[in-house]
Amino acid sequence: MPVNYIDMARTFKSNAEQVGIVQGHRLCPGCGAPIIAKFTLMTAKKLGFEPVVGLATGCLEVSTTIYPYTAWTVPYIHNAFENVAATMSGVETAAKSLKKFGEIPEDRKFAFIAFAGDGGTYDIGLQSLSGMVERGHKVLYVLYDNEGYMNTGNQRSGGTPTGSNTTTAPVGKVIPGKVQIKKSIVDIIGAHEGVYAATASISDPADFFAKVEKALNFDGPSFIAALSPCTRFWRIPDSATNSVSKLAVETKYWPLYEIDRGVYRVTRKPRQFKPLIEFLKAQGRFKPLLSRPDADEIVNKLQEYVDKRWERLLALEEATKDKYLR
Amino acid sequence: MALKGWKEIPIGGVIDEPGKSREYHTGTWRVLRPIVDLDKCTHCMLCWLYCPDMAIEITVNEKNRPQMVGFMYDYCKGCGLCADVCPVNAIEMKPETEFLEE
Repeated sequence: MPVNYIDMARTFKSNAEQVGIVQGHRLCPGCGAPIIAKFTLMTAKKLGFEPVVGLATGCLEVSTTIYPYTAWTVPYIHNAFENVAATMSGVETAAKSLKKFGEIPEDRKFAFIAFAGDGGTYDIGLQSLSGMVERGHKVLYVLYDNEGYMNTGNQRSGGTPTGSNTTTAPVGKVIPGKVQIKKSIVDIIGAHEGVYAATASISDPADFFAKVEKALNFDGPSFIAALSPCTRFWRIPDSATNSVSKLAVETKYWPLYEIDRGVYRVTRKPRQFKPLIEFLKAQGRFKPLLSRPDADEIVNKLQEYVDKRWERLLALEEATKDKYLR
Repeated sequence: MALKGWKEIPIGGVIDEPGKSREYHTGTWRVLRPIVDLDKCTHCMLCWLYCPDMAIEITVNEKNRPQMVGFMYDYCKGCGLCADVCPVNAIEMKPETEFLEE
């Protein structure tokens, strides 16, 4: 039976120490990152795994481990910005070795989970992540994608969407915010073949839990990219974290799909889609873009892009059906 | 919390107690206070699931159903996500100024 949250509530009640991340962390009110961490850890615990967490530098790392406090009740390691995947590779290999030499009982089930933001994944940590996936370490890498270097004050990253207003790519008279297109990180990781890669959204917990379950039971590396709205720099109300995530899924901005060893599967196909402009309008970071005279043209282009990407996804799903690469 | 002096700090400055952040009360940040109307509440646990601060207090009743009890105001940052996800609008966000006497 798939894990469900009523069952989780029964198990964990208000005891956050059993989940792994507890109260008193200093992330902004309404932040998406602790929700993603909580969802992942709860699923792992519910399935009988012992989570071991590694964090790349980022919002989640700096706000949960302010000295002399820590918000973690599971084994936790932080090394540097770029190498969470390499660090967790080492942790996983060490556990394997200790099991071999009889230092830890063979039957202990560990879930090695790396959390990283988009800076630590799209840009700085890409090489170590690629290495981890290529070497085939059994680590679950969870990306909480807040689409920029939000911890240091909204600088542009490889994950920032086109047209977003950031301090290093501001909307002005000459350029309309970021001009490049957001990297398709799931496709990049999925192209490593022997890997389970998926997108997830907090607005769809059942889908999120199912993907974490699949990733943890997958024999090899796994990667989950979850959209994590940043209330501060997406310029949204604190309470809009869930509704904006939902809009992202409904407007095809953040399609929910997975790549299992080269096989694409779209896990959620909404019957009706909303126009992309609703997602853009809900956030203040696109306000400067939308007040430009050429806003309509740019929005139309973006709409065309998400439509095309959705069509491509459906075609890929059709073309790769049951054709596992490994 | 009284900070430790140099003689008491563990070697390497390690934190020797898991989940120690609970000594830091983020509830002082709050400007809006969530108030739950338990008559309306259907105990669907969505607020518990979404709360980024794990500040929803729940129990399990004799029928093994989880029940909403209230909020941990020591930790609630008042983001209002619980009120946003509540399907029956049982949670209301009230300005903290109304509770100044407490």
